[in-house]
Amino acid sequence: MRHKTVIVFILLILGIFLPSVMGVQRFPKPEFESGYVEPETQFPVPRAEFLAWMDVAVLLLSLSLATFLVLKKRSRLGVFWLSLFSLAYFGFYRQGCVCSIGAIQNVTLALFSGSYTIPLTVLFFFLVPLVFTLLFGRTFCAAVCPFGAFQDLVAVKPMPMGAWLNAFLGMIPYLYLGLALLFAATATDFIICRYDPFVGIFRMNASFGMFLFAGVLLLSGIFIARPYCRFLCPYGVLLNWLSRFSWKHMNITPAECIQCRLCENACPYDAIDFPQTKKDPAGRRKQVNRLILLALLLPLLVLGGAWTGGLIHSTLSGVNSKVRLARLLQTASVSKDQPEPPEITAFRSSGIAQQQLMAEVATIEHDFLTGSRIFGGFIGLVFGMTLIGLVRTPYRTDYVPNRGTCFSCAKCMDYCPVIKS
Amino acid sequence: MDKQNRRQFIRTGIRWILFGGMALVAGDLIFRKGEPLFGKNRKSGPTVWQLDPAKCIQCGRCATNCVKTPSAVKCTHAYSMCGYCNLCSGYFKPETKTLDTGAEKQLCPVSAIKRTFVEDPFYEYTIDEALCIGCGKCVKGCGAFGNGSLQLQVRHHLCDNCNDCSIARNCPSGAFSRVQLTDPYLLKGFGKKNL
Ligand code: SF4
Ligand code: SF4
Ligand code: SF4
Ligand code: SF4
Repeated sequence: MRHKTVIVFILLILGIFLPSVMGVQRFPKPEFESGYVEPETQFPVPRAEFLAWMDVAVLLLSLSLATFLVLKKRSRLGVFWLSLFSLAYFGFYRQGCVCSIGAIQNVTLALFSGSYTIPLTVLFFFLVPLVFTLLFGRTFCAAVCPFGAFQDLVAVKPMPMGAWLNAFLGMIPYLYLGLALLFAATATDFIICRYDPFVGIFRMNASFGMFLFAGVLLLSGIFIARPYCRFLCPYGVLLNWLSRFSWKHMNITPAECIQCRLCENACPYDAIDFPQTKKDPAGRRKQVNRLILLALLLPLLVLGGAWTGGLIHSTLSGVNSKVRLARLLQTASVSKDQPEPPEITAFRSSGIAQQQLMAEVATIEHDFLTGSRIFGGFIGLVFGMTLIGLVRTPYRTDYVPNRGTCFSCAKCMDYCPVIKS
Repeated sequence: MDKQNRRQFIRTGIRWILFGGMALVAGDLIFRKGEPLFGKNRKSGPTVWQLDPAKCIQCGRCATNCVKTPSAVKCTHAYSMCGYCNLCSGYFKPETKTLDTGAEKQLCPVSAIKRTFVEDPFYEYTIDEALCIGCGKCVKGCGAFGNGSLQLQVRHHLCDNCNDCSIARNCPSGAFSRVQLTDPYLLKGFGKKNL
């Protein structure tokens, strides 16, 4: 009698667990007699592909229009209205994704990862503004980027920041870009998207921390025009460098600068370069000496950066989920009393061997070591170049927009009294 | 003037180099492995986020980590897999004795599952998507003692398809991945679903 119960019990257990192992249904589907028809499972479709192509078309059209308005029409009002449209379309209608800034990471991931293929539309979002900037300057920032448009709306009382502060805060975008590239190349995270302060506003939905960040940014944006663009935007780094070599670029005056100084304070972003004609042999010699010193210092800065990067590489790799899991597994085997983290539960049920994970993590760690060294060296280079840029005073006779930092927003144009004959 | 010209020349040269660099990157990405990103036979097109129910452990983070509130992840019922059980382990709490539909008896914290009588002894279970928060409690129950017909899925009419899905980066089981737009669901028991 007793062993019969045991057998029944075992059968019952098997009945419950075997099917799930073998993928069989525990409870067969009933044969309905009442003529009941089973409802169909609904699969709502995602946003159609042609709409993504429409976004690309809107991007191309608005960029062309922005370029025309800035370079040909020289119309600040036109730029303003176009930027409102971009804010509405790319910001509030498209809800921010995918934007050109974030696309940096998709491109990087696609370049470094074997498994990710970038959709063509995303590649377009990345490349089109770059090509336009290389041809005509940063007209994308002037009127097409929704982030720029948003910040321009709140910049009611911009104040000049001074060359040194501008230069030092201006290094943050390089840092941000470097980290974003490192994390994207190692398939770790898309930090540009993660810490995007505006997307939460477009969606009216974000964590408290991100809302706080956005609030601080927008409040400071009242006095510091476009704080994100100038001191955070990683795409801005690329645009800045392309714009320096652009084929055409907007100018403050439609004809010849007459040094009337009326535009001196016109730019809310401190992007106007003043004339530099003083000839002072003593000061010049001092400057040359400083430049030589900095040029000698530069390799040391790069090496020091690379060395520091190597030191912090395991902190950076801790962001990677696989690395985190491996470290969790190592510590969890020691402390048994705490509840098991879901990561470990999931890993155990996945059936992947621990050695396989560890081998994978070893390559990731190695990639991070290399990547962090390059990143560190890059930051050292940026630091050195920033110092050199502060010391160097190139000869200039006119008031001109700085090709790198100018957003081509056309705000300064109306200050110029010169009329094209 | 000479200096000006030389500067101009260097600038033009660098401009062409930059153009070339961008063209190289674009070309590499578009024609990688000889499989162009365009045309009829392209291997890969636009993607959307989806979670694999086979990997999901119903940790509850789908409910809390989506940028949308309530989450774009919902319980999806694969009716064709359902046993229409009277004692549904996805509907009732495990300790339940009497099978009435009081809210305190239900696993679902928001009573998003509707239980309707079909015929003796079978009941149909439907999900009210407007209520469901994607917590996965029912999915866990159904998977543990039932057929596993209740499954979590990203519902694409609700999902914003973020460039970086904020559930994906917090999912402990790595269940999230980018899937092809043309095949956007990974429901068990359905095979490929070309929409
Ligand atoms: S700097 Fe960046 S955020 Fe600002 S307008 Fe340009 S691309 Fe947009
Ligand atoms: S986060 Fe991952 S494991 Fe947790 S419920 Fe969602 S898909 Fe499942
Ligand atoms: S238990 Fe959670 S996942 Fe299931 S229907 Fe209710 S809210 Fe949705
Ligand atoms: S892509 Fe965005 S909206 Fe969709 S499930 Fe993930 S976090 Fe939610």
